Parts: sequence; structure tokens; C-alpha cells
Amino acid sequence: MWKFIVRRLIITFPQLVVLSVLVFLAAQFMPGDALTGSIGNPNITAEQLEQRREALGLNDPWYVRYGDWVSGVVQGDLGESYRFKMPVTELIGQRIVNSFWLSVVTLIFTYIIAVPLGILSGRYNDSLLDQSITGYTYVGFATPLFIFALVMLWIFGYQFGWFPTNGSVEPGLTPGTFDYVLSKLYHLILPGISMALIATVNTVQYLRSEIIDTKQRDFIITARAKGAPESRVYNRHILRNSLLPIAAFFGFEITGLIGGTIFVETIFSYPGMGQLFLESVTLRDFSTLVSVVLLFGVTAIGGALLSDIILSLVDPRIRIK
Amino acid sequence: METNNVNMDDQKQDATKSPSGFSIIWREFIKDKVALISLIFLVILTTLVYGVSLFLNQEEIVRVDLFAIHEPPSEEFILGTDYGGRDVFGQLIIGTRNSLSIGILVTLATGIIGVVYGVVAGYFGGQIDNVLMRILDFFLILPMIMTVIVFVTLVPDYGVITFSFIMTMFLWMGIARLIRSRALQEKELDYIQASKTLGSSHTKIIFTQLLPNITSLIVVTMTLNLAANIGLESGLSFLGFGFPESTPSLGTLLSYARNPQTLEFRWWIWLPAAILIFVLMLAVRNVGEALKRAADARQRRG
Repeated sequence: MWKFIVRRLIITFPQLVVLSVLVFLAAQFMPGDALTGSIGNPNITAEQLEQRREALGLNDPWYVRYGDWVSGVVQGDLGESYRFKMPVTELIGQRIVNSFWLSVVTLIFTYIIAVPLGILSGRYNDSLLDQSITGYTYVGFATPLFIFALVMLWIFGYQFGWFPTNGSVEPGLTPGTFDYVLSKLYHLILPGISMALIATVNTVQYLRSEIIDTKQRDFIITARAKGAPESRVYNRHILRNSLLPIAAFFGFEITGLIGGTIFVETIFSYPGMGQLFLESVTLRDFSTLVSVVLLFGVTAIGGALLSDIILSLVDPRIRIK
Repeated sequence: METNNVNMDDQKQDATKSPSGFSIIWREFIKDKVALISLIFLVILTTLVYGVSLFLNQEEIVRVDLFAIHEPPSEEFILGTDYGGRDVFGQLIIGTRNSLSIGILVTLATGIIGVVYGVVAGYFGGQIDNVLMRILDFFLILPMIMTVIVFVTLVPDYGVITFSFIMTMFLWMGIARLIRSRALQEKELDYIQASKTLGSSHTKIIFTQLLPNITSLIVVTMTLNLAANIGLESGLSFLGFGFPESTPSLGTLLSYARNPQTLEFRWWIWLPAAILIFVLMLAVRNVGEALKRAADARQRRG
């Protein structure tokens, strides 16, 4: 078991290195740098700009800067954001909390919706109920998340006015109070549910086919033959065997959230990591951009790693390979 | 319709002849009304959009008219105007054309790269497969949407061609992996082994035997990819990292909805585009699913 996890971790390491080099290089090739905005400023001459570039190390070859940057990252220093005028670590710290809670709420909604639907659809397969659930997954699969989120915001945020339309918390509330937490939750519901309704689709489909598959296995026939009541057959025998693979997909679910947060946070003006990514691209804030992309990449790789580990716990055949 | 009935009669008389690929697909569509409607809808929409846009002048439509800003739908502007006084209906037609064009272009390009890559890796196997798969793994760990956005800002003279190039660069992996695993299975089968024993060259085996046998998989995957690519393009344009505003697409129309005022009060700008993308993707997917069933004898309805 441990051998597998260690081996899997060893594969992850070069992935991280490659990702960081590529992201860093891409950021270097971006037109303009952190001081481009100062060009044309009458108070700063061209020489002074050049001096500041030199002082910031912007004129060094890329591998020197990469080395500097990596040694900083390892020590937990992601550099200074020139646009937001604060350390990147602090900047990300503010945003990552928001994104974290958005992901948690989305995942909770996803499983609250997906598990019952999948079970119902698998248990009563080919019934009218199953057909409508399958219809939902079919349509949900074809709907782009950002359009769905936009329509949700339009209907429930603007037309009905049931939910707040932007931000992560009501302004003017003191952090730590009960109202503050409540307001945070209130702001999370609509984006979370929009993402969840699209994200459930895969899980529902998978759970359904898994249950239909398990239903016909010999051990289920045995259980029935022994006179086990139907509820026990489903709750003890079928569910246990069908839910395990779903648990393994938990990691991939996290990876899938990353692309989604970029869209959903933009639509709901929710100050999280996805929005920070777009802001840093637009503002050409390299130090922030590189750190954000790297963090997302690490999360994605971590999600895949988590899934592999859970999968290997659940299914011993994978470990042998 | 009639010619096909004749074909089907022929088949009944001559039971030894297996039905041709097209008649299988046709029968599948006849059985699946939703797919048939989707197909008809797609054909009509495509001809309409490409036909009408011949008579529309893109520069004329994207020209700013300050006297007609945010006009609601009226007789002059069927779907009103946007913040630059530009006719939304005209943008919708040209936008659909542009979105379809780039979707097809990217799907074809990724398809060609993916098929070549997958066939080479799967058919030759061994070391070649090992190296190619490591390169593919490397592409797979990149967070795709973010990488595309970073590259879009990186390119100096950015336009439609560069945009489709960037999208292609990060989207070929899925189909390559699929084709590779199929080619791996296929090359172990008797017909290819027999061909090898008889001394056929690799090129001949690949082009006359392997490729014809995986055509259905390629067609199905590419149809489903087309839906995904249209969605991705509009998503990127929505964020402002796809088509520039001077080249309207369904995504640029949607991107106006990033302005809360437009989203709340001026539905005519973004809602038609949203509905069109949704219907378009659903229709392409319906057709793709019908093709998928036609390709697999066990799932056929017809």
C-alpha cells in the first residue's frame, strides 16, 4: 500500500517541476512587465525605470530569476505583487479562503443532489423517474456551466431577487459575528448550487450504471435467496459496493472544480482565486499570476493523486500494477 | 428517403450482403426522432447562417452607432442593439457562423493531430508509445483553460487564426488517447496479424485496414468534440480571452452580460446567444449520440 503511494508521489514531483518551469516561462514572455505602466509617467525618466528594473532583477536571464523564485517559493515567499502593492502570499491568503468555502459548498451540494438521484435512478431503472433523471443528466452534460450560472444569476439573483448578486459578504459586517457567517453562507448558495447542478451529472450517471451493474451480481442473488429484505439488500449490499468508486472520484471532482471557479467567480463577482487569476492576467501581474496558476496546478495534481490513492484503497487490483 | 427504401428492399432480397454504413446510420436516425430533428435543425441553421452572412457585412454590423445605443428590440432592430449601437441580430448570425467555423476548424485540427498521434503510438507500441505517452501526460497536467488564457495574452498579433491554433495546441490529447487505446487493441486482432504475416507494409496496414476499422470511433469522437469546442470557445470569449469584439461570436455577445446592467435589464443582447449555444450544443450532441449507437451494433435502435 505505502509502496504504491510513495511511487505515485515520486511521479508527481517531476510534474510539479515541469508545470512551474512552463508557467514561469510563459509569464516571462508576456508582453510588458510590472513597470510598463510607469512608462510615460512624467515623474519617472527612462533611466530611473531601467534602474528599477535592474534592482528588481528583471534584467537577469530567466533561469536566474527562476532559481530566485523557486528558492522563495520553497520558503513560503511568493514574491511581491506590484499591482496590488502587497505580498502575493497575503493576497492569495485573502482569496483562497473564499474559493475554499465555495468549493466546499459546491461539493456538499453535488453529493446531496447526486447520491439520491443516482440511487433512485439505478434502483428503479427504466421507470419514468429514471428516465427523467437520465434526461436531466443528458441535458446537464450538454449545458456549458457559464451559461447555466449566468441564467441562474439572472433569474434568482436579479428577476426574483432571492440571492445576492455579487461579492462574498455583505459590506459593513464585522468578521467573526454570527451575521457575518450567515451573510457569507447566503452569498455562497447560488454560485455553489449552480456549479453543483452541472457537476453532479457525471456522478449520477456513474452511480446509476454502477448500481444497475451490481444488482445483477451473484452475491445479490444470494442475499435475496437467503431472504434478506429489499431495503437491506440495497442499503447493505448494493450501496456499499457502488458507493466506493464514487468516493474515489472525489479527487477528480476537485480537479474539475478549478475550471468552473474561473467562470462562476467571474459571473457572481465572487472574490476568489479564479477571479484573482483573471485580474492578474489582465493587469500583467506576473508574480501573482505565476503563483495562482501554480496553486491551481498543484490542486489539480493533488486531486488526481487523492483519487488514485482512494482508488487503490478500494480496488486492490490497481495496486499490483 | 425513397432511394433508401429501395436500398432496404434490396437488402431483404439479398440477405448475405451486410448493410452499408450509411444505411445503418440512416436507420438509426429514423428510429431516434430527437436525433433526426437535431440533424435537420443543424443543417437548416448552418445553411441559414452561412447563407445569410454572405449578404451581411461584418464591418457594417460591428460599426459603432452612437445614436442607437441599447435600443430594445423594435422593427428596425429585431433583437435591439448593444452598448455600441450595433445590431444584435446581425451579430448573432455572424457570431453563430464564426463560432461554428472555429468549432469545426479546431475539431478537425485536433482530430487530425489526435488520430495521427494515437495511431502511431498505438500501432507501433513499445518505445515509441512510451515516449509519446510521456509527452501526452505532460500536456494533460496543464490546467487547460488557464493555459489557453495565458497563451492568448502572450501572443503578440492576436487574431482568429492564432486563437484556433492555441486551442488546438491544448485540446488534442483526449482524442489521441482514445485512438491509441483502440489501435492497441485493434493491432492484436487476427486481420492485422494476418496482414503482417503476409508481408504487407505498415503504411498499407494502417491506411487500408486499421483506419477503416476505427473510422466510426473517430467520427463519433469528433462530433462530440465539436459540441465541447463550441462551448469552450464561447466560454473563453465570454471571459474576454477568445474572439475580439470586432469579430462577433456567440461568446462575445454573452460577454456583454458581464456588465450587471446588461444582465439585468437588457436580456435581448445576451439571452438569444445563450439559448442558441445551448440548443446548438444539445443538437450536436444528439447527433453524436445517434452516431455512437449506430457504430456499436449492441446499442443500435434501428
